[in-house]
Amino acid sequence: MASVSEQQANYVLRVVEERRIRFVQLWFTDVLGRLKAFHVTPAELEDALEEGMTFDGSAIDGFSRVQEADVLAKPDLDTFQLLPWHAEGEGVARVFCDIATVDGAPFEGCPRNRLRRILDGAHDEGFTFFVAPELEFFYFDSLEPAGPPRPVDLGSYFDLGTDNVAGRLRRDTVRTLEEMGIPVEHAQHEDAPGQHEIDLRYTDALTMADTVMTVRHVVKELARQAGVAASFMPKPLAGVQGSGMHTHLSLWRDDTNAFVGDDDRYGLSPLAHQFIAGLLTHAKEITAITNQWVNSYKRLVPGNEAPVHVSWARNNRSALVRVPTVKRTKVTSTRLEYRAPDSAANPYLCFAVILAAGMAGIRGGYELPPEAAGNLFTHTEDSDLPMLPTSLKEAADTMAGSELLHETLGEHLVEWFLRNKRAEWAAYAETVTPFELDRYLPLL
Amino acid sequence: MSGHDAERTRTAACIPALTDELAAAGRLAGLRAEAVADVAALAARLTAAPNDIAAVVVDATSCSPADAMAACKLLRRLDPPFAPILVVVGMDQLDELSLRDELFDDFAVQSADPRELAARLRHVLVRTGSTAASSVVEHAELTVNLENYQAAVAGRALDLTYMEYELLRFFATNPGRVLTRETLLNRVWGYEYYGGARTVDVHVRRLRAKLGEEHAHLISTVRSVGYRFG
Repeated sequence: MASVSEQQANYVLRVVEERRIRFVQLWFTDVLGRLKAFHVTPAELEDALEEGMTFDGSAIDGFSRVQEADVLAKPDLDTFQLLPWHAEGEGVARVFCDIATVDGAPFEGCPRNRLRRILDGAHDEGFTFFVAPELEFFYFDSLEPAGPPRPVDLGSYFDLGTDNVAGRLRRDTVRTLEEMGIPVEHAQHEDAPGQHEIDLRYTDALTMADTVMTVRHVVKELARQAGVAASFMPKPLAGVQGSGMHTHLSLWRDDTNAFVGDDDRYGLSPLAHQFIAGLLTHAKEITAITNQWVNSYKRLVPGNEAPVHVSWARNNRSALVRVPTVKRTKVTSTRLEYRAPDSAANPYLCFAVILAAGMAGIRGGYELPPEAAGNLFTHTEDSDLPMLPTSLKEAADTMAGSELLHETLGEHLVEWFLRNKRAEWAAYAETVTPFELDRYLPLL
Repeated sequence: MSGHDAERTRTAACIPALTDELAAAGRLAGLRAEAVADVAALAARLTAAPNDIAAVVVDATSCSPADAMAACKLLRRLDPPFAPILVVVGMDQLDELSLRDELFDDFAVQSADPRELAARLRHVLVRTGSTAASSVVEHAELTVNLENYQAAVAGRALDLTYMEYELLRFFATNPGRVLTRETLLNRVWGYEYYGGARTVDVHVRRLRAKLGEEHAHLISTVRSVGYRFG
């Protein structure tokens, strides 16, 4: 009897034929969260679906290993999707892949495998993890790195901007995403000039990580077609807010939201308290993953709506963990919001470490510290709250000493990631910046 | 006329096995009843002699109801979908049939007399004729072609993932009914699926997104129960 996967394979092959697909892009993600792809023709697809496609992984960041350069891309048929911006009859589809070693075992360097393993671990304890990120990004005239980039519009938060290019582009992007089965909660102009935000409807974390990869690709691709450029760089412009990926989290046990409780005044369960405590306890350790670039730490500074302290609070946008207010009639939408990640994180690893931190709180029965009061954006370093790492170096050093991160990501990923990030820091450290020239050259 | 010429007697294929009752029913209906192990074996028979198999009897009492329904599903997925299908169930398996009407053409309870089984076989033969069951489901501006897996709304092709297609197909073949999340999980995702009902909500949202704002209402939410199509 044909298994579900055979039925899926038949379905996919039939769609390829009916929709006259010319190429199928096999998508996967490197350790730094960049989308990689290679193309197969419909003729090659059947083999690719059955056996996977072998390729040389040594050129992919985080995949290289001297003794095993060849790896296998195994398409996940659930994710087979047409790319709607290609012309009728010239169809192109994509399918996400898991990376395996040539003998078929899950490859240690594959972020998608890693997230799946962490989700399976939570699932063994009866939990399903749902996430809903808010992706911020900028539309610029160009991405040529000569001087600061110029935003394509000069709007600000919630501007209607009915006739501007960026507004139209954002609407087209949302329509395209919906056509691809990516429901958008809402989309809006953000605070900074040229900055926009797309909020995604919750789904399971693996699908959402795929979705984040897709959204980043679609936003950039449609911008390119419109003659502008989109960037998810965490802090492209000084003096205005950066691009975060605030992520809403909920944990479900069967069909019940495990964060819902009636024994505290916020409607949170003891389990939600432990989850928050886990996030706070391990926040510093996971920051290298949620904020993985030198530039990420230019966003995590006081005064620009990004968290700097390790804190939680109800409905306080300056806290690291926020508990959004939920209508009494909609307690099932009870959730937490983790506000550190930026739009340039690797979504697979980001969701994996967030879940691991929260689950550590549950498994260890952590105590929830008191809620932070007041506006933390205006707090400075002399606040007695612990601080998030202030540089990639500090974040990497903290990660290196974290048992949780070694356990969650595995030695292969941790070792490669730290080596890469320390090299990035070293290159940055020896750079003479415009700041130094401006400030010191005339003076010293 | 002296009945059927032996060479022209067509076959009632019985999956997975042949019982005495089914053999007798076949004779009474003018068919030669024969055991066929599974759908793969049947598909091979159809390829070799396309007109030989007149009907398939899927006997859920000789396997599990889940296997029987899976066999029906596969028969309907053949190209073209196979019909007619008669399902034989135990009295305690009747529930398994609900909301699966598209998977079979008639059914009988195990205790049925061979004469009743034969009458039902003749009935489905006449009703479905020699051609396959309709392979296109239409509802308002939505069409779902079960033969080539293509769905369209107002003439615009929908590009669906496999599970989205299965969900839409199930909705479209059960219009006007309130379908609980449980039902949808069981019938669309199948027995081996262990996820929660949230999965259904997530997929319904994706389907609505693909249907587009104008047609998203085709699937309406029935508060605290589930969904209704059409």
